[in-house]
Amino acid sequence: MKKYIIQSIRLTVVLTVLLCVIYPVLITFAGKLSKGQGDGEKIIVNGKVVGYAAIGQKFDKPQYFWGRPSAVGYNAAGSAGSNKGPSNPDYLKDVNSRIDTLLKYHPGLKRADIPADLVTASGSGLDPDISPEAAKIQVKRVAQFRKLDEQKVEALVASQTEKPWLGMFGPSKVNVLKLNVALDALK
Amino acid sequence: MNTELFGILASFIITLLIGIPLGKYLAKMFAGEKVWTDFMKPLESGIYKLSGINPNEPMNWKQFLKAMMTINAFWLVYGFFVLMHQDKLPLNPDGNPGMSADLAFNTILSFVANCNLQHYSGESGATYLIQHFIFMFLHFCSAATGIACAIAVFKAFRDKTTTDLGNFWAYFVKGITRLLLPLAIVIALILTFNGTPASYAGKDKFISLQGDTVNVSRGPAAQMIAIKHLGTNGGGWFGANSAHPLENPNYLTNVVEIVSQMIIPIAMVLAFGYFIRRKKLGWMIFGVMALGTLMLMIPTISSELGGNPAIAKMGIAQTTGAMEGKEVRIGPMATAYWSTLTTVVSTGSVNGMHDSTMPLTGLWQLLAMMINSFFGGCGVGVLNYLIYVIIAVFISGLMVGRTPEFLGHKVEAREVKIAALITLLSPFLILAGTAIASYVFTNFGNADWAVKPSTWLNNPGFHGFSEMLYENTSSNANNGSGFEGLGDGNIFWNVLTGLVIILGRFLPIIGPVAIAGLLAQKKYIPESAGTLKVDTVTFSMMTFAVILVLNALSYFPALALGPIAEYFSMLK
Repeated sequence: MKKYIIQSIRLTVVLTVLLCVIYPVLITFAGKLSKGQGDGEKIIVNGKVVGYAAIGQKFDKPQYFWGRPSAVGYNAAGSAGSNKGPSNPDYLKDVNSRIDTLLKYHPGLKRADIPADLVTASGSGLDPDISPEAAKIQVKRVAQFRKLDEQKVEALVASQTEKPWLGMFGPSKVNVLKLNVALDALK
Repeated sequence: MNTELFGILASFIITLLIGIPLGKYLAKMFAGEKVWTDFMKPLESGIYKLSGINPNEPMNWKQFLKAMMTINAFWLVYGFFVLMHQDKLPLNPDGNPGMSADLAFNTILSFVANCNLQHYSGESGATYLIQHFIFMFLHFCSAATGIACAIAVFKAFRDKTTTDLGNFWAYFVKGITRLLLPLAIVIALILTFNGTPASYAGKDKFISLQGDTVNVSRGPAAQMIAIKHLGTNGGGWFGANSAHPLENPNYLTNVVEIVSQMIIPIAMVLAFGYFIRRKKLGWMIFGVMALGTLMLMIPTISSELGGNPAIAKMGIAQTTGAMEGKEVRIGPMATAYWSTLTTVVSTGSVNGMHDSTMPLTGLWQLLAMMINSFFGGCGVGVLNYLIYVIIAVFISGLMVGRTPEFLGHKVEAREVKIAALITLLSPFLILAGTAIASYVFTNFGNADWAVKPSTWLNNPGFHGFSEMLYENTSSNANNGSGFEGLGDGNIFWNVLTGLVIILGRFLPIIGPVAIAGLLAQKKYIPESAGTLKVDTVTFSMMTFAVILVLNALSYFPALALGPIAEYFSMLK
């Protein structure tokens, strides 16, 4: 028994060095060669960091494309979904009021054209993307507010739509932050 | 839609393409045959030498279990104190506080047991030191523990009559150096180059495009995320686990993460067949497990793609499926696919919130964890399945009126008793735990505790009951996922699930190793015309039936009160 205890302690120390020092530090150094140097990929506009490519941020002003509802208000110090069950009456009320808000800001929008991702909270609360349909229904509002040509904004959305991986696997999506950065650059 | 389907098909095919050869490799490597990773030998000898271990020392089943339990007990004690005092230790750039005693108790049990139920949130509840030196360390070691115990059982059946199950330390170390560590390095590099942070930098702060000040949690996450999947652990770096866009940045990483959590469980099943030189038996077990997994997966996918009926009534287009708690870059189909696999293999990492999935999806998730042997966790999945096999052998033996035999050994009262007790343990822990929680919730809702029991549930009605049932089921299965709406960060849940986790981990490991040890001590009876053949389709279906009947009988009433009742309440 005593033999096992001593072996356990010694093995734990040796493996700690291998698994908790050598292995992670090796990956950290390799990560320096990656796009974000292993710190996360930043988006920089005019020399200023305006966000992380992977982290969604809150957009509720009418001149921007909006992202998905978030259970944590896009506070990236933490992360969480709403964890509301599908039959929860309070949750369904929330969804209903999100639909009303969308209808109010987008006159002429039909309910059947609202994609589910725009009225439901994401799993992380930090989802950086929306579906291409969710971007399309906002084009008119954004164009009107910015006094831009609607077709130009539409073309921007199309150019910012990311195709499935290798063109074959997974959904298409639009990164809201990148879209809005490109929108600000549009004359 | 079609691209989402191609996505999960590709994931499935890649899983098999890696898992099958990996099974052959594991059988050879653990048997000590020549393999290409023999270049690791000097590293291993170094580890043995520094630890004072003789890797060739034979161990009988009692010694084997003693060694296994000793090192696990040491991790429990050592980890408990480090968690409580993490705030005073280095590598804490975000200034996170130490854990309370009950939270530390739950967390360390959970990680030692390969469960990774997380009652803290990664960003604010654990320092970088803890995430690496305790959590990531245990990600490797708990997986290697399970694998080592499975190999001991394999050896008992291969050697026919023996008392030597092999050396625990040798299996354990080789599991790390020749399987987990090399694969983890590859996966961590893929994640890092796709945007998962890997540096030790603390929180960052920036002003968003709209003018809000935002803090972003970061840290050396890629290293831990790689092994959390590979070792079927599931304890993530960030609170939202693999739904977090830094933990799972794009569709490619999603495929890599889902593939990596399946390959070892699949490989272990096939390795069993190759190791004991009964290839067909390995494939038969694989067939039963794959069938069970598909039977859980197909209805899950269809229920998620159907969307939420309550939202459909509002006139909203759910063209891709239900989106609450899911991420756009992953999509409902890959989330549903993942939710089945993470519950069958006891990983418990999530790429979408299970609490917000449809009622029937919740049913299949729960059932997957209750069965807990369709592939199952690293090593332990095979062990759990072995228990069902012993029961099936016993029942078949009774049916044909012969002494039950398994792989040339008479299965007698002692072995069947152990198997029966292990089979009863899961329903007991899950149902008793849920019953206690429901009792406290209904009768002491306003008790003057730090967190009032009446505020535990995030959802009313049947779904609230499902939240409590899920928490206990996940703990017993050492899965670690949750219906995360449950307010589980308090002393009641920490202690209750802590106890369920430790009993649900170690008894189902000790049982099969003991059975294998006892059987291997007996005389080997060569196969004859009267032998019950266990590598046939008939016997496989018998085992499958035993699994279904045992679980249906145990859990149907509880499932009827939770997800099934919620499903019917939404139909009207």
